[in-house]
Amino acid sequence: MNFKPTWRAVFFVAAWVIVYLALDPATSSLVSLLPLPSGSKLTEAIRFFLYEAPKVLLLLTIVVFVVGIIRSYFSPERTRQILGKRSLFLGNILASMLGIVTPFCSCSAVPLFIGFVETGIPLGVTFSFLIAAPMINEVAVVLLFGLFGWKTALIYVVTGLAIAISSGFVIGRLRVERFVEDWVYAVKSRNLTLDSNPTRDDRVHAGFDAVRDIVSKVWLYVLIGIGVGAGVHGYVPENFLAGIMGKSAWWSVPVSVLIGVPLYSNAAGIIPIVHALLEKGASLGTALAFMMSVIGLSLPETIILRKVLKLPLIFIFVGVVATGITIVGYLFNFIY
Amino acid sequence: MPEKVKVQVLGVGCSRCRALEEKIRSLAAKHQLSVDIERVSDLREIMQYGIMMTPGLVMDGVLKSYGTIPSDDQLLAWIKGGP
Repeated sequence: MNFKPTWRAVFFVAAWVIVYLALDPATSSLVSLLPLPSGSKLTEAIRFFLYEAPKVLLLLTIVVFVVGIIRSYFSPERTRQILGKRSLFLGNILASMLGIVTPFCSCSAVPLFIGFVETGIPLGVTFSFLIAAPMINEVAVVLLFGLFGWKTALIYVVTGLAIAISSGFVIGRLRVERFVEDWVYAVKSRNLTLDSNPTRDDRVHAGFDAVRDIVSKVWLYVLIGIGVGAGVHGYVPENFLAGIMGKSAWWSVPVSVLIGVPLYSNAAGIIPIVHALLEKGASLGTALAFMMSVIGLSLPETIILRKVLKLPLIFIFVGVVATGITIVGYLFNFIY
Repeated sequence: MPEKVKVQVLGVGCSRCRALEEKIRSLAAKHQLSVDIERVSDLREIMQYGIMMTPGLVMDGVLKSYGTIPSDDQLLAWIKGGP
C-alpha cells in the first residue's frame, strides 16, 4: 500500500503514542518474568537498562521527526537573509537561536561560513551560529530530558545559547577579519537558482528522512551509553568521583574542559557518560562543562575550519568558547 | 539510449556525500544507465555553485539538489534527463 506521507505521519504518531503508553506496563511484566534474584546488583542494572533504553529511543524518534519537519521551514539561505540586516548584539542572539533550527551538519560548516561571510554577515554573528548549531541539538536535549528531567534540559539550552551569544559577540569585538583566509573574501558564488517550495508531504517526508538518518546513526551509541550507565548504576560505588569531579575540587572544571575540547563525540555518545559521572558524585557544573566542550568543540571541526580561518583565529575561537564553557561550569557548581 | 550523463557530487568527504555517490552508482548499475561520476571536494569549486549545505548534486553542469539525498525515483528521472 502506498499512503500519502501525511497519512503515514498520522499513523506513525498514533502508533508512537500507543507504544509509549504501553511501555511501562510491558517492561514491568517483562522484568518480573526474568529469572533474576530481586535486589541483586545485576537485576538492578538490567532493570535500569530495560526501562531506560526503549524510553529514550522512543523519545528520540518522535523529537527527531518533529524537528525534521520544523527544519523544513528553515534553510541556510533564509537564515542568511534574516541575519543580513542585523546589528551586532541582536544579530548574535538571532544567529544563536537560528543555529538550533537551521539544518546543519559539521561537514557543512565551511560552505556555510563562506556563504555567510560572502553576504556581509559580521564574523561575530557567523560564529554565534557556528557555536550554537552543533552544541544545542535535538539529540542532546532529548537525552538530557529523558535521563535527567526537563530542568537539566532547559539549563543546557539556555546556557548553550548564552555561550554562543557571548562568544560570538566577543569574537566580533576583537576585529579578527584579517585572520580569515584571503581567498574566502574572493569567492563569488552564483545565486542559487533552485527554487524550493516544499509541500506538506515534502515536509513530512523530511521528518521521516531525519528519523532514518539520525536514529540509524545514533541508536547504537544510545544503547551502549545506557548500558554503561546501567553498569555504573549497579556496580561503581556512589561518590566514587566526588573527590576528583565534585564541587570541592576547584580545578575540576578547567580540567574537564581541557580534556573535552579535543575529544569529539555526538550527543548520543557523551550523555550517558555524563549520566554516569553525575550519579557517581561529579557535580552538575563540571559534568555540563565536560559535555559542552566535547560536543561544541572538537579537533576534527577545527581542522575543517582551518581551511577558512588562519591559526590565530582558530585559537581565539577555541579559547573564547572554552572560557565561556568554564565560566558556566563554575556558575553551576556555585549555584547548586 | 541517451548520452552519458556527467554527475558531480559536491562535498568535502562527509558520510552523506559518500552515501549519495554510492546510491547513484548502484542505481545506475541496477538500471544499466551509463553515468560518469566525479567527486568535487575543492571548496572553491563547491562554492561556485553557491550552496551552503553538502552534498550538492550537479548533472551536466546544472545544480539539481543540495543538503539532501534525493529519492531513488528522483535521481533516476534526473539521470534519464527528466526534470
